[in-house]
Amino acid sequence: MYFESLAAAWHMDGHGSYVWMAYALTTMAVVLMVWLPLARFRRHLRWVSADQLRQAGDSQL
Amino acid sequence: MRGMWAFIHKLGSPPWFFGFSGTLVRWLLPVTVLLLAVGAYWGLLVAPPDFRQGNSYRIIYIHVPAAVVALAGYYVMAIAGAISLIWRIKMADVAMRAAAPVGAVLTAVALVTGAIWGKPTWGAWWVWDARITSMLILLFLYLGVVALFEAYENKTAAAKACAVLTLVGTVNIPIIYKSVDWWYSLHQPASLKFTGESAIDASMLYPLLVMIGAFYLLFAMSMLLNMRAELLWQHRNAHWLRQRLDVS
Repeated sequence: MYFESLAAAWHMDGHGSYVWMAYALTTMAVVLMVWLPLARFRRHLRWVSADQLRQAGDSQL
Repeated sequence: MRGMWAFIHKLGSPPWFFGFSGTLVRWLLPVTVLLLAVGAYWGLLVAPPDFRQGNSYRIIYIHVPAAVVALAGYYVMAIAGAISLIWRIKMADVAMRAAAPVGAVLTAVALVTGAIWGKPTWGAWWVWDARITSMLILLFLYLGVVALFEAYENKTAAAKACAVLTLVGTVNIPIIYKSVDWWYSLHQPASLKFTGESAIDASMLYPLLVMIGAFYLLFAMSMLLNMRAELLWQHRNAHWLRQRLDVS
């Protein structure tokens, strides 16, 4: 590790707030890029299984 | 050669692609997360500071990969758009639309991290520099494709309009690449070069290469996830899909 302590890594000679803010925002974007399509996939999956249940119910009538 | 064509042919088949992309994504997810973690740790805490910019340069490890892959993603979208226009392959429409939001997020990341880097380096969050302005246009092109598709009732016409917009927007790509040379203002020229020596020391270069690789994988994964969600919806009543979901 380049920095001598965690506090030094946090401060980064005055640039810490910029650097950590950039990494925090990017982390949020990365999480969204994976989570949003997965959430959409699961939503469609729920629709399909509900539809399968509906059809199973219809065929019993 | 014949094997490659058979593979390309199979890519156009939704049932095959659905299975293949599912397996691929399961591998991509852990590898991408690992590479991002290693690259971020290396760039943030291990690499030495820049002799002129100090520690603020560490933003390069997310700024440059995001920008590089945002541009590469536009090629992917444009090629898919061209295939969709010429051969009317439905899977190309799905790929084109899946690339747009991912590219938009990466372009936004490049712009926002660039702004944060600009503040301590240039003293301003935003300047109307040629590189930055052409990247802003790239963001609007990506968002334009997303919005244009939603604006049409007829999805075949929507895909066509999006493909045309994508192809026209390709003009912007060489402008972005060349902007730092043509209009030399604030944005620094490229540190990485395909030919000749890179203007960056190995201790700083390796984490950057790891992060660029990680962002490429991230793009591929996010695009595949978008494509799978779209295919699931388009084929929600198809027999092959119902069968597959019954098994799982």
